Amino acid sequence: MSATQAQERLEKTVLAPLTRTGPLYKLVMLALLGVVGWGLYAYSVQLRRGLVVTDMRDYVSWGLYISNFVFFIGISHAGTLISAILRVTQAGWRTPITRMAEFITVVALSVGALFPLIDMGRPDRVYNMIIHGRFQSPLVWDVLAISTYLTGSIIYLLLPLVEDLALCRDKLSNQVSPFKRIFYRVASLGWRGTPKQRRYLLTGMTIMAILIIPIAVSVHTVVSFIFAMTLRAGWNSTVYGAYFVAGAIFSGIATIIIVMAILRKAFHLEEYLTQKQFVYLGYMLGAFVLIMAYFNLLEYLVPGYKMAEGELFLLRMILTGDLAPLYWGYILGGLVVPGLIILLPWTRNITGLVVASILVDIAMWVERFLVVVPKLRVPQMPYPAATYTPTWVEWSITAGSVAGFALIIATFAKLFPVISVWEVKEHMEAKPVEEAPSPTELAGARE
Amino acid sequence: MGSGLKLSRRDLLKWLGATGGAALIASRLPWLGGTEARAAADPEPTKSHRLRRWAMVINLRRCDGCIGLNLPPQCTQACILGHYVPHGMQWIQVFEYKFEMGGSYFMPTPCMQCENAPCNNVCPVGATFTTPEGVVLIDQKRCIGCRICMAACPYNRRFFNWGDPDLPPEALFAEYDIERQVPAIRGTVMKCGFCAHMARQGMVPFCVAGCPRRAIWYGDLEEDIATDTKEVVQFSRFLAENQAFRLKEELGTKPRVFYLPGYGQDVGRTPYQTGLRPVTWPWGSSQ
Repeated sequence: MSATQAQERLEKTVLAPLTRTGPLYKLVMLALLGVVGWGLYAYSVQLRRGLVVTDMRDYVSWGLYISNFVFFIGISHAGTLISAILRVTQAGWRTPITRMAEFITVVALSVGALFPLIDMGRPDRVYNMIIHGRFQSPLVWDVLAISTYLTGSIIYLLLPLVEDLALCRDKLSNQVSPFKRIFYRVASLGWRGTPKQRRYLLTGMTIMAILIIPIAVSVHTVVSFIFAMTLRAGWNSTVYGAYFVAGAIFSGIATIIIVMAILRKAFHLEEYLTQKQFVYLGYMLGAFVLIMAYFNLLEYLVPGYKMAEGELFLLRMILTGDLAPLYWGYILGGLVVPGLIILLPWTRNITGLVVASILVDIAMWVERFLVVVPKLRVPQMPYPAATYTPTWVEWSITAGSVAGFALIIATFAKLFPVISVWEVKEHMEAKPVEEAPSPTELAGARE
Repeated sequence: MGSGLKLSRRDLLKWLGATGGAALIASRLPWLGGTEARAAADPEPTKSHRLRRWAMVINLRRCDGCIGLNLPPQCTQACILGHYVPHGMQWIQVFEYKFEMGGSYFMPTPCMQCENAPCNNVCPVGATFTTPEGVVLIDQKRCIGCRICMAACPYNRRFFNWGDPDLPPEALFAEYDIERQVPAIRGTVMKCGFCAHMARQGMVPFCVAGCPRRAIWYGDLEEDIATDTKEVVQFSRFLAENQAFRLKEELGTKPRVFYLPGYGQDVGRTPYQTGLRPVTWPWGSSQ
C-alpha cells in the first residue's frame, strides 16, 4: 500500500460524513433537539415566574446552575489545553484527536457561559456587567477570562481548520449542498497552500498553542475564585484554584474519550482513532485520578485535622451525613474504579476506557455539585441547616444543556472534518506507512 | 462658514468631554452611580462639616426576644412595617444562640454594615456600595441578581426576591427609594439599610424605635454619641465599659454593629426561657 493511497483513503473516510447523513444520526439529532426544546420551555417558565421555580432560597442561594457552570467550563479544558500541550510537545499520536478536542472546548465554553445568565435574577440587566463592571469582582474576572478563552479557542480551532476547509472546497464541490459549497469557499480564506501561507499559518498556530495554555489555566482558576474569595467554610481555601484546574482537565480528558468513541463508531474512523489514542488518553486520565485523589486529601484532611466549627459541620455532612452517598459515590465511581480500569491491562482497552470516562464525567459533575451546594448549607448563624432539592425546572434546564452540547457537537461534525486531515497526513509522511500504529502494536494493550 | 463649523466642532468636543468625563467619574465612584436614586444616599452636611459614621449597639442584657411580653420580636416587626419588607425576609432577625453548657441568649442581627464589606467587594456591577457615612446600600435598579454577595456575606443578612415580592398595595405606589428600599423588585437582593434616611430627619431607625426594651442604641461614631431614644451616651465609653464585641470579629469585616454581652437579665429573663414567637406580615399570603 503506497503512501498516496493511504492519504486518499484518509481523505475519503474523513470527508464522507460531510456529504451524507444516515437516518439514525438524524433521529438522534431530533431527539437531542427535543430535549433542548424541553429545556427552553423550562427556562421560559423560570423567566415568567422568576427564580422561585427553583429550590434555591436565601440560605442555599446557588444550586444546579452554578454547578453546571463549573462543570461545563471544566470540560472545556479538554480540548484546547490538551491539544495545545500535545501540539507544543509535538506528540505524534495526537494528530487524529486535536480537532475533536478543540470542538469540545468551544462548545462546552459556550454552553457553560450560559449558566450564570440562566442563574441571574435579572438577565435583562446583563449589560450592567459591561457599563458598570468592576474589576474588583471575581465575576468580572470570570467574564474576562472566559471571553478571552472563548476567543482564543475559536481562533485556535479555526487556524488548523483552514487547510482542511480548503480540502473540502476542492474535493466536495459537487457532493454537497450549495450552502456548504459557499461556506467552504468563504471559510477556507483563499488557502492555496503556498509556502508563504503555510509559514504564516504555522506561526499563528504555534503562537496560539503556547498562548492558550496559560489562558486555560487562568480560566478555571478564576472560576474557583467566585467561591474561594468568600469567607465561607469549605470555600475559604487556597487550594481551590489548582484543584479546579486539575478537575477541569480530568473531566475534559474523559469527555474527549467519550466523544472520540461515539464519532469513531458513527463515522467509521477505526483506522485513525486506534487503541493507541484511547490508551494514551487513558494514561493521562490515570495520572489525573491520582492528582484528584491528592487534592481530595488536601481538601478534607487539612480542615479535618483542625476541626473548626463550620468545617466540622461540612465534613460530617459530606463524609457521613446525607451527602455521603454522593461523596463516596464520587470517590469510588470517579476515582477508584476508573483508576483500576486504567491500571489493569485486561480492562485497559477502548470499551474499558469509555466506561471509565463515563464514570469520571458523572463523578466530576457530582464533585462540582459538592463544591457548590454543601458549603451553602453550612449554617453561618444559629438556624437549622438548609436543604436543597433541585426542581423539575432546574433538572430540565440541565438536561437541555447536556443535549444542547451534544447537538452542537453533532452539527459541527457534519460541517467540519472531525479529524485534522493535513496533520494526520504530515504525521504519515514523517513516519513510514508500515510503521503506522496498529491496534496490536501497543505493549500491554489487548483487544 | 468655516469658523461656524470650527465652533460647533469645539462645542461638540466640549460636550463630549464633559459628559464622557462625568460618566467616567460616575462609574469610578459607586455612590455617584448616575441614577437619581443615588443622590438620596449622599452624605448629609453637618454643622461641623464632618461626615456622620452611623453605628449601632445592641445591649443583649436588655433583649429577651420579646418573649417576656409574649410578642414576636418587635424590632423585626417595626422594620417590616416601616420598610414594607417582603414576605419571608427579616432584615433584622432575632437568633437564639445556645450556650455550650445549656441556656441561651437572643441576638437581634441587622446588616452589620461592615467597613470591609465582603458583599461590596464581590459585586460585579457596583450595585451594592458603601455610602460615605458607612452604610452599605443596594441599588435595586442596578442589581443583576447574581447573588455572589449572598454567597460572600458571612452573616446571611442578604435576601433575594426569588419571585414577585409579596407587598402591601401602598408599597406599589411608593417612589423608588434606595435607602428605604421600596418598592421591592423581583430578581434583586435586599437587606437592612441602617435607616440613614431616618437619621437624617433626626429620627432613629424603625427597629430602635420599635424595641419595647430599649435594647438597641443608634449613634454616630464621628460625634461619639449614641441613643436608645431616651438616654444619650458617649459611644466609645459605652462600648469600652460594657465589654462590647462584634459578631465574627475574627473575619476582619469590621462591623458597625456592636453587642454588649448578656441574656436578657436586665428585663427579667433567665438563660433557660425560650419560645421566640414567629414574626408576621400584616399583608399578603405566605409564600
